[in-house]
Amino acid sequence: MLLVAGLLSLFPLYWLLLTSLSPAQYVVKVPPEVVPRELTFTNYQRLFETTPIVRWLVNTVVIAGVITGFHLLFDSMAGYAFAKRRFPGRDVMFWLVVSTLTVPAQVTLIPVFFILRTVGLLDTYPGVILPGLADVFGVFLMKQFIQTLPSELEQAARLDGASEWQVYRRIILPLSRPALAVLAIFTFQRYWNAFIFPLVILRDPAKYPVQVGLATLQGEFNTDFGMLMTGAAVAAIPMIAVFFLFQRYFIEGIRVGGVKG
Amino acid sequence: MPAALRRHGWSYLFVLPTFSLFVVFTLLPVAQAFALSLQSASVVGGEWIGFENFATLAEDPVFRQALGNTVLFTVVVVAAQIVLALVVASLIQPLGRKNQTFYRALFYLPLVNSAILVAMVWRWIFNPNPFGLANTALGAVGLGPFLWIGSSDEALLAVILSAVLTIPGGGVVLYSAAINSLPRELYEAADVEGAGWFTKWWRITVPLLKPTTLYLLVIYTILAFQIFERVYVMTNGGGPNNATITIVQLIYSTAFQFGRYGLASAMAVVLFVMAVAVAVLQFRSLRSDVEY
Repeated sequence: MLLVAGLLSLFPLYWLLLTSLSPAQYVVKVPPEVVPRELTFTNYQRLFETTPIVRWLVNTVVIAGVITGFHLLFDSMAGYAFAKRRFPGRDVMFWLVVSTLTVPAQVTLIPVFFILRTVGLLDTYPGVILPGLADVFGVFLMKQFIQTLPSELEQAARLDGASEWQVYRRIILPLSRPALAVLAIFTFQRYWNAFIFPLVILRDPAKYPVQVGLATLQGEFNTDFGMLMTGAAVAAIPMIAVFFLFQRYFIEGIRVGGVKG
Repeated sequence: MPAALRRHGWSYLFVLPTFSLFVVFTLLPVAQAFALSLQSASVVGGEWIGFENFATLAEDPVFRQALGNTVLFTVVVVAAQIVLALVVASLIQPLGRKNQTFYRALFYLPLVNSAILVAMVWRWIFNPNPFGLANTALGAVGLGPFLWIGSSDEALLAVILSAVLTIPGGGVVLYSAAINSLPRELYEAADVEGAGWFTKWWRITVPLLKPTTLYLLVIYTILAFQIFERVYVMTNGGGPNNATITIVQLIYSTAFQFGRYGLASAMAVVLFVMAVAVAVLQFRSLRSDVEY
């Protein structure tokens, strides 16, 4: 019974792949065929020839990749300071950060759009990347993890004459590897799938990430479901591959507070 | 250099990048959203107008529709998600570690994809043509055909069904972890008294999972309040006669298609208040919670 439920929940993905691989006459066949008779890559060929999907995928990798890289660095730095160091204002700052965790991102959409317009970053990659660096889930995650690390190693390093930066770089960062892996997967997935911010910030279709690109395909191919499902398949496959490679970290990410479905 | 800065300079340096980005792109924007909601801000400029935007919203039938749709979607979908997650997690619990890992992954896999992509597939499944999959499946049991996203009566139903028919993998993972950590003694005591499996589940498991249930209720509710991609893609941003319009969809079109930023900000404030209210309610019920 469970297996049936599992297969049913996978069915939309199966249906997506099957439609993308079906010749046009099968896509509109009545009744629809759930088991394939004939498979073809025609849709994929058409998609790659008539749309900038490859460009969109590259854009997405760049945008999500850069955001993830900065989050790993900045969040581990801030998480370390909040977890292990004493300084005036620490608790107020951390409280401010945590209190915005449940604020729906769309609340900041219009003001962020105004800021980017004022500084001339609308329709640029930095305009999409910078707001992505402001979400604070990672700070919270890193703080919680670094708190559990023993302080003796830091003290020993300081006695050996290590600078504060070296303590972070050579002691804290290597020990935080498990949390960094979870953070990397979580952040990359989040920005691979981001939609409303890039939709609002970017104008030039050549700069679109793949999700925004897919939504424009919807307008272009309207009822050509074979093409639409092929676009969706091309966007789905990389994320599914990442999931199979790093499954453990996805599941761990949910347990530390990243439920999204 | 002041003494405090010399002593704590490194600490501030470590926090500086994240905190300044957070202030510029989250904290100030939240404050500005509130300020904009009191202004007539549009593409041609604006001035302070007090609570006029909120008065406009209160009487606007489209906003009321958006609010109603969002709440209806949230109530139905969150209830279904909690029940599904709880039942599925309970069913995989007796299967042993290895199978549990397999099923958690199986149920989570469909969720790694974006809301846009998922909505595209559901649009295809719920398309009103005779070759639409939903119509064929229901036709087999003598129902339909339905117009689904083509009809103002059925479009919201299609949107809700698309969400209900997805197993909430995140909830399954959390419930499953929580169930594994429940104390065995209570079950053993119940066994001694001859309780059946349903009694044990309903009287022991479900009450003990209350903290997880509350946590998921809040997360799922706030996520459901933000529904946007599903209606943007499945029903071209609102459906026939605004049948599927939601708050975020209306914020998007009011601000970025019609340039009425002040009015859209007032809607964003309503959304913000809804999210905070849910979070506060959870805190309260957690505080009054009986610890087992």
